[in-house]
Amino acid sequence: MLSAILALGALAAVFGIVLGYATIRFKVEGDPLADKVDAILPQTQCGQCGYPGCRPYAEAIADNRADINQCPPGGETVILALAELLDRDPKPLNAENGVAKEETTVAVIDEQVCIGCTLCIQACPVDAILGAAKQMHTVIESECTGCELCVPPCPVDCIAMIPVKEHYLTWKWPFPDMPKTTTEPEK
Amino acid sequence: MKRRRLWKFHGGVHLPQQKTISTTMPVHAAQLPKRLVLPLHQHIGASAKAVVEVGDNVLKGELIAHASGYVSAPIHAPSSGTVVAIADHPIPHPSGLHAPCIVIETDGEERWVEARPYDDYLHMDPSHLRNLVREAGIVGLGGAGFPSYIKLNPGADKVIDTLILNGAECEPFITCDDMLMREQPEQIVEGLHILQHALRAKRCIIALEDNKPEAYTALSAAVAKSERCNIIEIVQIPTIFPAGGEKQLIKVLTGKEVPHDGLPLHIGLVIQNVATCAAIHRAINLGQPLISRYVTITGGGVSQPRNLEVLIGTPIQELLEQCGALDIEPQRLIMGGPMMGIAVHTSSAPIIKTSNCVIAATDDDLPSPQPVMPCIRCGACADACPALLLPQQLYWYARAKNLERIQEINLFDCIECGCCSHVCPSHIPLVQYFRFAKTEIWSQEREKERADLARQRHDSRLERIEREKAERAARLQKKKQALKERSAGDSSKKAAIAAAVKRAQEKKARQQTKEPSANEEDSSQ
Ligand code: SF4
Ligand code: SF4
Ligand code: SF4
Repeated sequence: MLSAILALGALAAVFGIVLGYATIRFKVEGDPLADKVDAILPQTQCGQCGYPGCRPYAEAIADNRADINQCPPGGETVILALAELLDRDPKPLNAENGVAKEETTVAVIDEQVCIGCTLCIQACPVDAILGAAKQMHTVIESECTGCELCVPPCPVDCIAMIPVKEHYLTWKWPFPDMPKTTTEPEK
Repeated sequence: MKRRRLWKFHGGVHLPQQKTISTTMPVHAAQLPKRLVLPLHQHIGASAKAVVEVGDNVLKGELIAHASGYVSAPIHAPSSGTVVAIADHPIPHPSGLHAPCIVIETDGEERWVEARPYDDYLHMDPSHLRNLVREAGIVGLGGAGFPSYIKLNPGADKVIDTLILNGAECEPFITCDDMLMREQPEQIVEGLHILQHALRAKRCIIALEDNKPEAYTALSAAVAKSERCNIIEIVQIPTIFPAGGEKQLIKVLTGKEVPHDGLPLHIGLVIQNVATCAAIHRAINLGQPLISRYVTITGGGVSQPRNLEVLIGTPIQELLEQCGALDIEPQRLIMGGPMMGIAVHTSSAPIIKTSNCVIAATDDDLPSPQPVMPCIRCGACADACPALLLPQQLYWYARAKNLERIQEINLFDCIECGCCSHVCPSHIPLVQYFRFAKTEIWSQEREKERADLARQRHDSRLERIEREKAERAARLQKKKQALKERSAGDSSKKAAIAAAVKRAQEKKARQQTKEPSANEEDSSQ
């Protein structure tokens, strides 16, 4: 009995030390501010901001190397949220990077035309395209971010961006029409 | 009879009843429609999954879609006929969008599947009963359509003190529960027995407002005949909107508040609608799944407003015709009541399990909204709110789209009763703002989930690329190493060969020379 307890105790101690060492030795360096910025960015991973993905742009913002108005898919919502988080002044979207999208779109591959070249698979930042060489490819709609990166590489132009169909379960009540006379008392 | 003590819930409004217009005629079955349209999603929770295919013949009461998940309910064919389509069709939904439906062309024969009544439910254990209720596709017929069997599943340790049957039909115009209580009180009492047995409830209360004397009389007679009349009490409550709200009714009857994020179950109560209760009776005692319900067809747009027993899936249009619709597309078609109902965009949309009323509304029934004016901070909305909220504050945050703060002041406790909008002297459509805010919050949550998924997939892609690169590098390294080793091996071999050659030559040379040179070599060693 006693030896069993001692053995287990010794094992526990050894594992404890190993684990403790591992946490220190293999600690992942995180950047809490970049994390917060990244949480606001839309994760489209389109690179329109000039960075190779949302995370690098988030890090650049956190280091004060980049402005907060570079993300077209995020549009005004993201700019306002970033402005509030970082206490910077909101400004209009940098038009050089593109325009904010009105509606969500996803890529659809015309499977009749697709030649199975895999170029789109290599371009997709979220591995949302299924297919192997010389087989037609398909986009997994629920995983496509609508970044459009797969469109230009396609040699036979068979990828189209189509708007996501509105679904009654995800439908939103519209914002009511504002009162005509907006002289609200100050809060 | 002893008078029970009653409490008052906060707020509420007195509304013109408009009910008598639809209670003059007895209820009878609506004509069998040529086509029945059955949305696969008729209630809160997951859609049902079709188990029939186009071309299949189905019998009345046959299962055509099964439940897909815990909060879900199956669907049965309301009449016999042929499945002619499983496709998108207009549904009664405020979006006006279409949704997948099973369309059945009826054959007029009304042939039933073999019914399996279970009249010995007293010897059935509660879990079996619950399963039968689930298989019969019964959902709450009074409100959002929560699958009823879940409420019959309180958990072994929960003691149900009181089972409440909700006969408080508090919205103007709607009279389907009233008519059911007047005409089928026995069904309700039978269903109550089943529920009481399943829940082992100590007491039962049937609650209805004091504006339904006929229903009260009919129910009293039915209860008097029941062998368990000593534990069943019928209680009349004051007529005030929304007395039929679950939390409000509980407050009126027991004085208890349902905890903010809790269920009636947590305070020993279960509450079911009277029509749901009658449906449970039919499921257990007659073996019939939920395929029809009482529906009020009313409003100035029909010449004979009344209640009909309607097969689920009947297009609204056919009901309007049977009630003498003056115009098939009236200005406004409302499903539900004027306070909490929704606008239906087309009369081709069907009656679903939760449809209690269709109002073909004229301007006299529901005056068009008046011009909106700024909030004057009168506080009338807060006085009227039965959920004890501050509608004016909620409105402020909803307008500013401050979706964080609005949740902190309990937006999601709002039952969308419309009392606040009703009393607002500035005619602000407050509930619309709250509906907007709720769906906006849900949409943002979905977007966030999507973004998280994208981040995860992007990260794992980068990882994959990194790993592949590392693997490639490792392979290259290995190859180089191998090559080097080989060449190193080569050179040592060459050296060995060279050495051997050298030795051989030396040997030859030695053999050719005489002893002295050999001595020379020895001394040099
Ligand atoms: S499928 Fe195309 S549009 Fe969609 S995420 Fe991948 S690359 Fe972007
Ligand atoms: S709609 Fe919501 S906020 Fe307005 S009175 Fe009803 S519960 Fe209160
Ligand atoms: S009732 Fe209308 S005007 Fe009065 S405080 Fe509420 S929102 Fe403002």
